[in-house]
Amino acid sequence: MRKFVAERARNLITTRLSLSSSSAAPPRRHPVLPRFFTSAQPGPPPSDSMSPSADSPSPAVTLDTINPKVLKCEYAVRGEIVTLAQQLQQELLAKPGSHPFDEILYCNIGNPQSLAQQPITFFREVLALCDHPAILDRSETQGLFSADAIERAWQILDQIPGRATGAYSHSQGVKGLRDTIAAGIEARDGYPADPDDIFLTDGASPAVHMMMQLLIRSEKDGILCPIPQYPLYSASIALHGGTLVPYYLDEAAGWGLEPSELKRQLEAAKAKGISVRALVVINPGNPTGQVLSEDNQRDIVEFCKKERLVLLADEVYQENVYVPDKKFHSFKKISRSMGFGEKDISLVSFQSVSKGYYGECGKRGGYMEVTGFSPEIREQIYKVASVNLCSNISGQILASLVMNPPKVGDESYESYSAEKDDILSSLARRAKTLEDALNSLEGVTCNKAEGAMYLFPRLHFPEKAIKAAEAAKTAPDAFYARRLLDATGIVVVPGSGFGQVHGTWHFRCTILPQEDKIPAVVSRLTEFHKGFMDEFRD
Amino acid sequence: MSAKGLDHDSINENVKRAQYAVRGELYLRASELQKEGKKIIFTNVGNPHALGQRPLTFPRQVVALCQAPFLLDDPNVGLLFPADAIARAKHYLSLTSGAGLGAYSDSRGIPGVRKEVAEFIQRRDGYPTDPELIYLTDGASKGILVPVPQYPLYSAAISLYGGSFVPYYLEETANWGLDIDNLRQSVAQARSKGITVRAMVIINPGNPTGQCLSEANLKEIIRFCHQENLVLLGDEVYQQNIYQDERPFLSSRKVLMDMGQPISKELQLISFHTVSKGYWGECGQRGGYFEMTNIPPETVDEIYKVASISLSPNIAGQIFVGLMVTPPRPGDISYEGFVRESKGILESLRRRAQLMTDGFNSCRNVACNFTEGAMYSFPQIRLPPKAIEAAKKAGKVPDVFYCLKLLEATGISTVPGSGFGQKEGVFHMRTTILPAEEEMPEIMGSFKKFNDEFMEQYDDHRGYSRM
Repeated sequence: MRKFVAERARNLITTRLSLSSSSAAPPRRHPVLPRFFTSAQPGPPPSDSMSPSADSPSPAVTLDTINPKVLKCEYAVRGEIVTLAQQLQQELLAKPGSHPFDEILYCNIGNPQSLAQQPITFFREVLALCDHPAILDRSETQGLFSADAIERAWQILDQIPGRATGAYSHSQGVKGLRDTIAAGIEARDGYPADPDDIFLTDGASPAVHMMMQLLIRSEKDGILCPIPQYPLYSASIALHGGTLVPYYLDEAAGWGLEPSELKRQLEAAKAKGISVRALVVINPGNPTGQVLSEDNQRDIVEFCKKERLVLLADEVYQENVYVPDKKFHSFKKISRSMGFGEKDISLVSFQSVSKGYYGECGKRGGYMEVTGFSPEIREQIYKVASVNLCSNISGQILASLVMNPPKVGDESYESYSAEKDDILSSLARRAKTLEDALNSLEGVTCNKAEGAMYLFPRLHFPEKAIKAAEAAKTAPDAFYARRLLDATGIVVVPGSGFGQVHGTWHFRCTILPQEDKIPAVVSRLTEFHKGFMDEFRD
Repeated sequence: MSAKGLDHDSINENVKRAQYAVRGELYLRASELQKEGKKIIFTNVGNPHALGQRPLTFPRQVVALCQAPFLLDDPNVGLLFPADAIARAKHYLSLTSGAGLGAYSDSRGIPGVRKEVAEFIQRRDGYPTDPELIYLTDGASKGILVPVPQYPLYSAAISLYGGSFVPYYLEETANWGLDIDNLRQSVAQARSKGITVRAMVIINPGNPTGQCLSEANLKEIIRFCHQENLVLLGDEVYQQNIYQDERPFLSSRKVLMDMGQPISKELQLISFHTVSKGYWGECGQRGGYFEMTNIPPETVDEIYKVASISLSPNIAGQIFVGLMVTPPRPGDISYEGFVRESKGILESLRRRAQLMTDGFNSCRNVACNFTEGAMYSFPQIRLPPKAIEAAKKAGKVPDVFYCLKLLEATGISTVPGSGFGQKEGVFHMRTTILPAEEEMPEIMGSFKKFNDEFMEQYDDHRGYSRM
């Protein structure tokens, strides 16, 4: 879409500039290779050729004059390949049959409900009642809503001053909702949680941004991030002017984390004069899907404690675990079980309503639980939160429902439970089916998706394919992803968007298309891949 | 090695510097007192529903149905929801391609809603605009010119991002009018300090000052920005809150377009709007948009990129924006109720604006410009020298001292003028005009009693020597 806009606007401008001597705007995209994990300066932005007229100054806001950190940051999940896919989708609408496929299948983004996953009924009942409390008193409402949803709505509204869901709340979120969430955390972990440690946010992303803003003073501040990683982290670090310090997950060992690797990268960064401030861990992993073992988690906690790093624990996939031999344990639980308290380790846990079995991406709900910081720092965190006043109330309510869903004995428990199990078991099946399918492809190896929502297969390209990509001035995985899109309508994100060991190639594909679409995905992918290998086999 | 990863020495300096008075010292003190059981009247923030303003019925019906679309399948839904709300919910759900409220939309917002915003802008201004240049949002060093007094989001944001806040002073004696010479002076001063001035903010209607800019003023501003090569940032979130008839709301874009080429094709403008204000007051939804005019396509692309990192604004908030720009029309079932509710709110706000202005003006040492628009009253409090001394002794900024005393005596929680910026030695206090109409006489009476006693205590008695 945006390229289409750019084209149109450019056409308008070049028409006006037909008398001017300036040539058309130079190609503006930077090279495809990832830049986010070097501290290299961004390449010179192309000069803006949009000089309106000879005698007035050039416009104030151009690529030359906007914040260079914006230019530097990238977010591949909604990057180039998605823009191309949207174009193709427009073409299909305008001219059905113009492509060898009927529809675009967006496997680029963890957005379950865009692919027909249904919301949890109980949650939506409560949210609807909180949006329009005027109907709570009406007798007809009892015919349309379950009794426990009505009760929960009353309970929640009583926690909101004046029952005003349209008012700004406390900047950390409605107190009563935070109480509920803290209780939910305690029930999950077996260790106490303080409602005042909770900051409700519009999804987990704003919370991540807040922490990066606090931690990063200059490019001399480094944040340890897993490679591959969810590119929110690289983008946020770039936007805030810091340095991403990569630590590589071990693909041969199920994307495991070696403490020695952490140590090595930390030392290397220090030697370059970088002050490493924090460690990001994504568990279950995105895009890699591994669920960390408890031993691994203990190693990480020890490491952070010893090196005095803030542990930033992205735990948004905590409800997405598909293998019986692994379990989710929060880093807070692990820390506390090791005897480490507030004085020992600074820990931030991020949770969201976008994932799990609820998949409520569009509601923008989430929180961070912040422990082990001084009261002074807590004040500063509060101050940053207060500039945005508060997160959306409906999202806050949903976060409290996610952390305190219906219990055994509640009227809605059985239907809630059935919906939840349905979704989770389906996700597990889809993960397995797609994993097997990918592993059956020539030159493709794919680690198991133990959790989260993605598969991250490795593509071992023949030399010929690599050369063809070079000639097309694209990275091999982007080249493959583009070909895949053009042939099948399937949208995946090239591995370079997440970071990967130099010289290895991957793509990230979600497990989210509906189960009945999976056979078609598998067959289209398989057919395409065979054709690709036939074309480029050495 | 520092004791902990993040401590006072190692936190981002820009964060330490940033201030946001609207939820600062006064608010924290008021919350403390509230916990102790004292009745507090929060007039510190433009948060209408918190002070009893009811949400409009129609939008809440629509969003509730969007929230729980399975209701639409229930044959009894018509018993609880009118037909036009049901139809509108179906309309918005279809705009989300059936994914409803639970899926990320396009990072710029649902295309259908952006189209509705464009249509609204065209109806409002009489000029077409491109939906592609309208981005929906979650609510709302280079030097930035900001009016003083200003809504402290601007100073806080500039601080957080390491920019330079370049003030231009509004003229209180001229009803908070804008003087172009003041503007030129501010820019010249900044430049002499080596600051590159990049943009200019106007808040129209003003916050906290409430003034509505005249067409002449807007033209002057536009010409000035064009000459000085500044991006104009038009905060127009209070465009529905107008309490006088001499100066109706004129959007910056309309005035710009009226001025014709070349300026209408060159001046860079970004306009902001929200569902939090007006007669909607839906602060908690976090819904809004910004519209770009004459921003280069490559820059638009970069803005899109940044927007995409946050994935998308919340869908329900986007639907509220759609409903705000496309309210019920004559003939719709909900039209009369909607008009009654919204007119009721606006007329009441107008009355309260007048009540508060008059009330403040009847108090000793208080002078208050009329609230022409927005949601606030910003009286000037002429603090006597003895009060200023007492404040110094207490280690407080004078207007903070005054507002704290007001809070302790009456439970009225305000924001001291220092939170918004003011001329040296001149003090103000910002309150909202939002407390319920029935409570206004009592609140104003309570304020007057406190103020007049305070002034009695600290004023120099004429003809008396205190020696």
